[in-house]
Amino acid sequence: MIDILQNYWQALLYSDGYGVTGLAMTLWLLVLSCAIGFCLALPLAVLRNARNPVLWFPVWLYTFIFRGTPLYVQLLLIYSGIYGLDFVHHTAPLADFFRSGLNCTILSFGLNTGAYTTEIFAGAIKETSHGEVDAGLAMGMSRVTLYRRIIIPAALRRALPAYSNEVILMLHATTLAFTATVPDILKVANDAYSATYAPFDCFGIAALIYLCVSFTLIFLFRRTERRYLAFLSP
Amino acid sequence: MFNLAGYGPQLFSGMVTTIELSVLSLVVSFVIGLLGASAKLSKSRPMRGVATVYTTIIRGVPDLVLMLLIFYSLQIWLNDFSDYLNSIQGDFTFAFPLDPFTSGVITLGFIYGAYFTETFRGAFLAVPKGQLEAARAFGMRPKQVFRRILFPQMMRYALPGIGNNWQVILKATALVSLIGLSDVVKAAQAAGEATFRTFFFIVVAGAVYLVLTTVSNGVLILLERKYSVGVRKAAL
Repeated sequence: MIDILQNYWQALLYSDGYGVTGLAMTLWLLVLSCAIGFCLALPLAVLRNARNPVLWFPVWLYTFIFRGTPLYVQLLLIYSGIYGLDFVHHTAPLADFFRSGLNCTILSFGLNTGAYTTEIFAGAIKETSHGEVDAGLAMGMSRVTLYRRIIIPAALRRALPAYSNEVILMLHATTLAFTATVPDILKVANDAYSATYAPFDCFGIAALIYLCVSFTLIFLFRRTERRYLAFLSP
Repeated sequence: MFNLAGYGPQLFSGMVTTIELSVLSLVVSFVIGLLGASAKLSKSRPMRGVATVYTTIIRGVPDLVLMLLIFYSLQIWLNDFSDYLNSIQGDFTFAFPLDPFTSGVITLGFIYGAYFTETFRGAFLAVPKGQLEAARAFGMRPKQVFRRILFPQMMRYALPGIGNNWQVILKATALVSLIGLSDVVKAAQAAGEATFRTFFFIVVAGAVYLVLTTVSNGVLILLERKYSVGVRKAAL
């Protein structure tokens, strides 16, 4: 246990001497995929609640497909599937992009969490009470102003508990990155396991690191909730 | 276009493995969840402590890490255990080989048992206390109270959570191909590598999952209708 820690603590936390690995890589994956997912979800959630089927149907299809299939399958499709397609292989920029495990991982994670986040935000937007909308319209707000000032801020607050859950689940999902040779915590732990054949120690250390990150995230979200959902507290 | 290149049977048996694995894991985690929820709601302090530690740790650690941890460690522990038994016996009669399927069921059941514990705990608490008191006043034994009053009503509150967990388990079985189980993902990968049509076969695997989740969603809606008989919803 001690010698594994001595040999691998640097790689587990930030770098193996060649590049970013371990905890730093996991957090980078988490932040980037959640940022992509958030930016994707906000406009899509508005479209998801549109009355026109041409607008909501594609968004529904997107969330249906990405929420109905395992993330591992999506990652496999993007990482090993797309690169095997002929036209991708022969288009230089595409081939460059899809050759990198990190690019494929972030793309699939972003699309996946984007689908879940879209549904969370769409649900929150749908719950907007009609009184707030009526009041906004009575003040002479345009649709854009209404969304920007009334609907979106209130919906994001309502979505906070569910969204924090999604971020924790995304942290757990980043472990899949190691199947695309991205050196996250689990990849380092797996390397340590291959070198030492001590599965309980190696994966146990990784589990403890993930546990600490989960608790930190939960703590941060609790504080955010206390600040932004203060009006709901008893 | 839709040419499985002779890999149809493998894909089908992979799909059957996926379904078997998820159903068995569901059963295991369902039972663990019921036990865990009763431990969490029991009056005994140590029981509550153990259940809380279990759900907190399991839900804080990614399922893939737990899966690798349990899968590789379990075999070593079992080997140590059989070595120990053999050393007592003096011969080599004991051996506990562990195949990926069994350890997949054990691991998934153990992990999602923690999620079910939380689901059932919330559902048990949602049943009004007066109902249980009324049942006791009618002279029902604790077992009868559970079977006739608590469980049927608890299911009503637990069903959305159960459905959610089921979908998560179904999708988590894809991870078990990483520890060597030949499920539908593994079959699709093998077929893709052999025919150089990875994209197509992975799409087929994804479609299988999509069909499974959609069908189970439909079943869930039916179940919810059954268990919410007699509940009036607010008309909006």
